[in-house]
Amino acid sequence: MIAVKKLVKRFGLKTVLRGVDFDVQPGEFVALLGPNGAGKTTFLRILASLSRPSLGEVNIAGYKLPHEAAQVRAHLGVVSHLPLLYGDLTAEENLQFYARMYNLPNYELRINEVLEMIGLVARRRDLVRTFSRGMQQRLAIGRAVLHDPDVILFDEPYTGLDQDASAMLDDVLKAVAAEGRTVVMTSHDLGRAEDLATRFDVLSRGVISASASRKELMRTNLLAFYKQALAG
Amino acid sequence: MQPKPLALKILDIAAIIVLGIATYMALNAPLERVMGEVQKVFYFHVGTAWTALLGFILGGVFSVIYLITKNLKWDKFQVAAIEVSLVFFLITIMLGSIWARPAWNTWWTWDPRLTTAAITELIYAAYFMLRQGIDDPDRRARFGAVYALVGALSAPITFFAIRLFRTIHPVVIGGTNPEADGGFSMTPDMLSAFFFALFAFSVIFIDLFWNRIRLGDLQEKVEQLKLKVSM
Amino acid sequence: MADRTTSRGSFLKAVAAVVWKDVRAEFRSRELFSAMLVFSLLIILIFNFALELDLKTRQSVTAGVLWSTFAFAGTLGLNRSMAIEKDRGCLDGLLLAPVDRSAIYFGKVISNLMFMLIVELIVLPIYSLLYSVNLFQPGLLLVILLGSIGYAGVGTLLAAMSVQTRTRDILLPILLFPVVIPVLLAAVKASSGVLGGADWDEILLPLNLLIAYDVIFIAVAFMVFDNVVEE
Repeated sequence: MIAVKKLVKRFGLKTVLRGVDFDVQPGEFVALLGPNGAGKTTFLRILASLSRPSLGEVNIAGYKLPHEAAQVRAHLGVVSHLPLLYGDLTAEENLQFYARMYNLPNYELRINEVLEMIGLVARRRDLVRTFSRGMQQRLAIGRAVLHDPDVILFDEPYTGLDQDASAMLDDVLKAVAAEGRTVVMTSHDLGRAEDLATRFDVLSRGVISASASRKELMRTNLLAFYKQALAG
Repeated sequence: MQPKPLALKILDIAAIIVLGIATYMALNAPLERVMGEVQKVFYFHVGTAWTALLGFILGGVFSVIYLITKNLKWDKFQVAAIEVSLVFFLITIMLGSIWARPAWNTWWTWDPRLTTAAITELIYAAYFMLRQGIDDPDRRARFGAVYALVGALSAPITFFAIRLFRTIHPVVIGGTNPEADGGFSMTPDMLSAFFFALFAFSVIFIDLFWNRIRLGDLQEKVEQLKLKVSM
Repeated sequence: MADRTTSRGSFLKAVAAVVWKDVRAEFRSRELFSAMLVFSLLIILIFNFALELDLKTRQSVTAGVLWSTFAFAGTLGLNRSMAIEKDRGCLDGLLLAPVDRSAIYFGKVISNLMFMLIVELIVLPIYSLLYSVNLFQPGLLLVILLGSIGYAGVGTLLAAMSVQTRTRDILLPILLFPVVIPVLLAAVKASSGVLGGADWDEILLPLNLLIAYDVIFIAVAFMVFDNVVEE
């Protein structure tokens, strides 16, 4: 589903990503770990087609970036730590707007479905400005899955959420993952990632320094794996 | 680090020599009947205007080339062209002022050319302010190119608009039309001084432009070294 | 899942969606609108005291005062409109849509234009009342439309850039005013012509310039907009 070969990203003279190789099969849930500044957000932005690679190949759902970016976007959903929502519109209107931008036919039905899944049916006519951070995050996920994408990218989705909100987000994420989508989630919080992911990769100093599936990690533990990946 | 190429060193000297000759020719050119000595400012005024215009056009061209190729070297060329043009428009305006005062008893005329030059200076100032506010070199180059393109298209339109609409202030300065207030016709001696000045300033332009590009290269080198040291 | 990308239908839909979204949000908060309107009235007030005019002089500067007002108040709307997108990361949301970037540009231009026109249409009767001059002439309305199109067209492009720099709000007027001078020149000339009852020929010339400017700059903005929003 996602195939990245020797990805390099430079900002002027600074090289942030130095030859990343990354392959994800359909249906996998990859937790991309790494310290702050390692380049996780940059990497995710490139996958999201929001940033161009300096060198290397990126293929998503069979389409090449950056040339076939428009096609990639139709199959991609992104949740970042910023809500990407308009405060002066209602939850419903936000979803309607994105439905139109994605050119979805008969979107009213789909909007109802999504609102149910994220548990915001009761607040559909309220302004997003009045939502708590947790609710905004759930709506953001709703926005991301509206067009039924094959791939979803999450960039630090738990940022700024309290216990209850995080628990709710867990449920939504599980629901999303259960639908068979391919998910890549970045996180610097090991605890959250542990329950949901099927695979754990570590991005350190601009490359993927380690990768292990859930089964392999049953033997060691995640923290030890992570520490070693950073040192190595 | 490469030392200055020989060609550039020669060009530096050539530029100074040519400037000297042009000055000599201008000062020794025949005295113009109506305005006297001050008319000689005209030789340099047109020369610097020509240089500034050259920089302006190149700035626009480099914008387009950069936007197509996305190769940062064109951005470097563009900054060099616009910087040189900025300085020369400034000199042109000042010389225009110096000419205007004794000739028409005013420090400034809202002549289309002078006014457009002033507006172009403001566009340049905005251009540098825009670049200053951006850290990422790629974005800085892209935004610079876009704005320079917009400016390069807007300034000529401004010139024609002023010329067409501000009828209270007709084309005043220079030109070889003896009818225009302040116009005059030129004798062969004056013509040779005039054309030599144009040539001299072209040489000066190339010299400064090349030097400025070299400066840009050096700046890049410094950035690279800084980065290495900080890691 | 059907491949519904990059078709003409989806392009127009996206433009319409952006306009609808802006209008809807503005309808609720009325931020942009009230700020622009109040600012416009304040500017007119300032002009009133700053320019102590008798009836006759006032007639000749009406066009100038109106357009100065629109130019200054316009920057508020442009800045705010783009800031809304930048602040909550919404620009990324727009860029994630599988549609050509220029759809975002056109959508924004249309909504910015609409807000400007609404403010202008409210300022006109107020000015008319204050100074007992009839501003509701079809010729004037046409000039205001064409001038605003040019202003919004270039302004949206430049606002998209300035909102991404460190200096943000202050930068937009600095970038915009020098390059939008042809619009102001032509609009004031045409407006004065209409209000002063000039010949149609006299008004046609600046009107044509406005149209030419609008076409040129919107075409250029359409071509370079990608460079301004992408990374």
